[in-house]
Amino acid sequence: MAEFNPIIIAFVCNWCTYTAADLAGTSRIGYPENVRLIRVMCTGMVDPQYIIKAFLEGADMVLVSGCHPGDCHYINGNYKARRRIKLLHAILPTIGIERDRLKLTWIGASDGIQFARTMQELVVQAKGMGPGSGRPEIMT
Amino acid sequence: MGIQRSLNIENEDILTGIQGFLTAILASQDIDAMLVPKRTSAGHSIMPVLISHPRELNGVDPISPQFPLNAARQVSKLTKKPSGKKIAVLLRPCEIRALIELVKLKQGDLSSLLLISIDCPGAYSNKEWASQCATQDMPDAAEFIEHRLSGRDLPIAKACDACEWPVAALADIQIGFFGMDYRKQLLVLFQTAKGEMLADEMALESVQVPEHRSRQLNEYISNRRSAKAQMFENVRKKTNSLTNLEVYFEACVNCYNCRVACPVCYCRECVFNTDVFDHDSYQYLVWARRNGSIKLPCDTLFFHLTRLVHMSLSCVGCGQCTNACPNDIPVSDLFRMVGEDTQAAFDYEAGFDPDQALPLSEFKENEFLDVAGV
Ligand code: SF4
Ligand code: SF4
Ligand code: FES
Repeated sequence: MAEFNPIIIAFVCNWCTYTAADLAGTSRIGYPENVRLIRVMCTGMVDPQYIIKAFLEGADMVLVSGCHPGDCHYINGNYKARRRIKLLHAILPTIGIERDRLKLTWIGASDGIQFARTMQELVVQAKGMGPGSGRPEIMT
Repeated sequence: MGIQRSLNIENEDILTGIQGFLTAILASQDIDAMLVPKRTSAGHSIMPVLISHPRELNGVDPISPQFPLNAARQVSKLTKKPSGKKIAVLLRPCEIRALIELVKLKQGDLSSLLLISIDCPGAYSNKEWASQCATQDMPDAAEFIEHRLSGRDLPIAKACDACEWPVAALADIQIGFFGMDYRKQLLVLFQTAKGEMLADEMALESVQVPEHRSRQLNEYISNRRSAKAQMFENVRKKTNSLTNLEVYFEACVNCYNCRVACPVCYCRECVFNTDVFDHDSYQYLVWARRNGSIKLPCDTLFFHLTRLVHMSLSCVGCGQCTNACPNDIPVSDLFRMVGEDTQAAFDYEAGFDPDQALPLSEFKENEFLDVAGV
């Protein structure tokens, strides 16, 4: 059987985590291709619907990552994101999507190395958990 | 702590007694109109009716075990803009709780309202009610109350069987039969300043709340809690994976009646009615090719999960989503259960404290620190 290759959908803030990913790239620090970045202007614009859709479409893990508390360019977008993730953490496990499949991290613009490390760590975790339940059979 | 009075019932005719009381309220200088459940002219249904002339109070029936819709949304229509008029509204406890949520969402206002409520022993679903009416005369309300209080098994709506709030917390005037010899006498509690102002006009006798009231209430509530625990246990097993959830909603035809019936589904325009879900024809073929097939209409689970995210924090467990479903899907069993989880996550209780902010309407720097991290 082929090795399980998880798909991780990552909604990343333009000002921090996306910039960190860029920095990792320009510094030639690789990160696993399991992670599919979706650039957003702020974590505060990540509608919980995007996250649900990602899971229903087969994501094995979803990450929302933005600026550290106090650093959001729109003042409190990351606090809104935190409450929304908290809400989803209260719903998803009931329908069989484990809490650990939805992550929230703060990765600042200069944290290229941390970005790459975090992505590696997430892939290890996602592999450990196995395929998410929303994965269409034909895709797996 | 409020003013306690008794409403004497003649000839065991509870309904006429309550109608008399409502007539006195409507006659008050302070009240311009009244929204009350009233029997339709054909007689088989009960609908909220806005009444300004006392003549129209004939046929008002707030104790019939029928609950065709949650009237909070109707009260929202009457109060979202100031009318300058004072309106008395007679609501079930779950309707008041839904109204409180709408007020927090700025879709309603309490200041022009006098809230009246009656102890609620639950109600039948629309379907069950229709079938009862088809086989017998209208079910007798007093008998219904008696059976409910004695714990007899009646095929009432599951949401009502699992409802642990038979008494409205926030009513200005509460009419009670728990703990009373209610075929002879009802309790009337004027429990707020607004309520108290009307107490003297009502010419009722003072009374002590019988001790038996809280005993009977507690027993009733603990039965409801066991029913709720049982309901949650069943629904948990049936919805614990996406595959099971698909089975749970397999009869769903995306009619969105559950959303229309829900008093706290608050969006002016539901995203599922917008262009976002008006997919390109080609898109369906892409999905079908990727997955091998695609069920149409699609987005069924997406719809229900979105609704859970949007309104479970405000779900009051009224059961109207289930009541409205043409395909008998127990929607409210799931929504009530998830609602309890999401509300607990934010230490929030829908429909109780008008001053407690909606969980997604405020955000702080130092909170829920354990949510972030790998
Ligand atoms: S989701 Fe169902 S039970 Fe909850 S408030 Fe809406 S209609 Fe009532
Ligand atoms: S009312 Fe029933 S069939 Fe209609 S959308 Fe809701 S669950 Fe589906
Ligand atoms: S701008 Fe980065 S999280 Fe708001």
